[in-house]
Amino acid sequence: MKKKSFQEYWAKNIRLIAILLIIWAVVSYGFGIIFVKPLNAIWMGGFPLGFWFAQQGSIYVFVLLIFAYCFLMNRMDREYDVDEK
Amino acid sequence: MSILAWTYIMVIITFGLYLFIAWRSRVKETKGFYIAGANVPPLANGMATAADWMSAASFISMAGMISFMGYSGAVYLMGWTGGYVLLALLLAPYLRKFGKFTVPDFVGDRYYSSTARVVALICAIFVSLTYVAGQMRGVGIVFGRFLEVDVNTGVIIGMAIVFFYASLGGMKGITYTQVAQYCVLIVAFIICAAAISLKITGIAIPQMGFGSTIIEGDSAGKYVLQALDGIHHDLGFSEYTSAFGPDDIGMLSVICITLALMVGTAGLPHVIIRFYTVPSVKAARLSAGYALFFIALLYTTAPTMAAFARYNMIDTVNDVHYAQAPSWFKNWEQTGLVAWVDKDGDGIIRYRSGDPFQGAPQFTGEVGEHGQRLVSNPVSDNDNELYIDRDIIVLASPEMANLSPWMIGLMAAGGLAAALSTASGLLIVISSSVSHDLYYRIINRQATEKQRMLVGRVMVGIGVLCAGYLGINPPGFVAQVVAFAFGLAASSFFPVIILGIFTKWVNREGAIAGMISGIGFTLFYILQTRFFGVDPWFFGITAEGIGTIGMLINFAVTMTVSKFTKAPPAEIQELVENVRSPRGAGAAIDH
Repeated sequence: MKKKSFQEYWAKNIRLIAILLIIWAVVSYGFGIIFVKPLNAIWMGGFPLGFWFAQQGSIYVFVLLIFAYCFLMNRMDREYDVDEK
Repeated sequence: MSILAWTYIMVIITFGLYLFIAWRSRVKETKGFYIAGANVPPLANGMATAADWMSAASFISMAGMISFMGYSGAVYLMGWTGGYVLLALLLAPYLRKFGKFTVPDFVGDRYYSSTARVVALICAIFVSLTYVAGQMRGVGIVFGRFLEVDVNTGVIIGMAIVFFYASLGGMKGITYTQVAQYCVLIVAFIICAAAISLKITGIAIPQMGFGSTIIEGDSAGKYVLQALDGIHHDLGFSEYTSAFGPDDIGMLSVICITLALMVGTAGLPHVIIRFYTVPSVKAARLSAGYALFFIALLYTTAPTMAAFARYNMIDTVNDVHYAQAPSWFKNWEQTGLVAWVDKDGDGIIRYRSGDPFQGAPQFTGEVGEHGQRLVSNPVSDNDNELYIDRDIIVLASPEMANLSPWMIGLMAAGGLAAALSTASGLLIVISSSVSHDLYYRIINRQATEKQRMLVGRVMVGIGVLCAGYLGINPPGFVAQVVAFAFGLAASSFFPVIILGIFTKWVNREGAIAGMISGIGFTLFYILQTRFFGVDPWFFGITAEGIGTIGMLINFAVTMTVSKFTKAPPAEIQELVENVRSPRGAGAAIDH
């Protein structure tokens, strides 16, 4: 494994983590807390949207984020040849 | 058969199952005892983590708290799930690559210092003991409410069971017992929620029923949440779905509590240690995903149960004559979780905003003209006549939904599973912190496997005794005590572990100063505001949310001190580099 490519792997990993954590913060702290009042004015079926994000939606997104990270990182591990053989 | 008989049957069957599993997975070496031999499949580890994670508070108290808090209950829902994203992305893969046995192991090695190791192990024991006290209390309460045994006897029975399987099988034993416990608790919780959803909305999937319309009664045709908002409005409560009402905690506090719970989750040693038990980095990431999936099954169901039970409770009890009150109401009145004072003397139960009287009900032992149990508490001058303990929402929901007696028994078994699984996970942390980090790594480097196993088992015993003592003489309300453990974990471990992985320049001096100042500040603030009656002086942030500030202090102190002291030696920088690469995790455990 060349040194440069490992640094690139790490930089890409940090970027991926940053993107996923931004989504994590937006759905929970953004939609679920800070913007809950304006979003609550919108009803989606039987749910006020802000309330839905706070008590349901953010949790679904969290689960998806972890599985997305697993998938993308496993692919990246193979690409940079650092995966477990 | 009676409810009590069914409850005994369910509890005895499930306990027998746990003991059988523990006997099958007993271990003889430290690798099995501390980290289950590092060969737990990700799916099993996901279930075990979920059971380990979901405590008596999640199972018994959380839906009830949400039911009474409405929107603000989201702090628990998001706070206790969002931390897994942090774990999966920032901690689990790297700690797994590092290998070893405990959290203080990582802190001690990364910060090349026995002092750091000792500070970390004191934090680990302190956090785990705070948390385990709540679990033992939870075991006692479930025994007390469902099996009609004294709470203290319940605690002692719980202690004996946990001691048996934790000392016998160590991490391996508790892992496979937790898998069984997860199945019991999730089945109980979901059947119950599905039944109540079906009753109110005609839809059996609670997450869908939550957004559907009510099928019968005065509110038929309205959405559940719409009806609930309307009822709340009429009775003088702030609307169920609206945020930051007049009596609510403010936005800053909501953010701080949520963040403290999330970060605390990611910093709890008994959660982190579960990721040492899988065979590879890939498996560690995946098992974090499974764990959150299994947790989400309960955490997306709990708010639905909260809303259904709240609607059902108000609908069946409010403005109803005591003589016509549903049977669950009278059953739980006997246990003191419900009390009614007939302020206007008309025999009709009125549920309004505010406390009906001061404090928890003190029953006089006499009954009033309608047959209600009288209380001696001084009544308050509002219109509310009804006292309801929050735990009732989950405990009475099988009866509210008219479920058969065996289901109520299963609920009791589920509550016990939740409390026991968490307690056992915590005991392993306490045991391994002392027997591995203190005894083997610091006191006696020449200790044999046999000696270390003995110390490990003895420590489980001592841990059980401490937990039992705290369970019988609890420092406070279950959920509250547990909430403090998060603040303490958030302000001690999380920053130093993150910085230890993502920077190479953070050093020993920084980590020690950071951990001490973070946990010190948080503990001081909790004691001050919660036990010595000082007003929350830091921007009005409550004791539950202060861990967020403690964490920020820890980050700031760790980085500042590191900048002004000597950089870590070259081999530590290599260690960090090594931890970042997934390859070779299987071998990492053995040296």
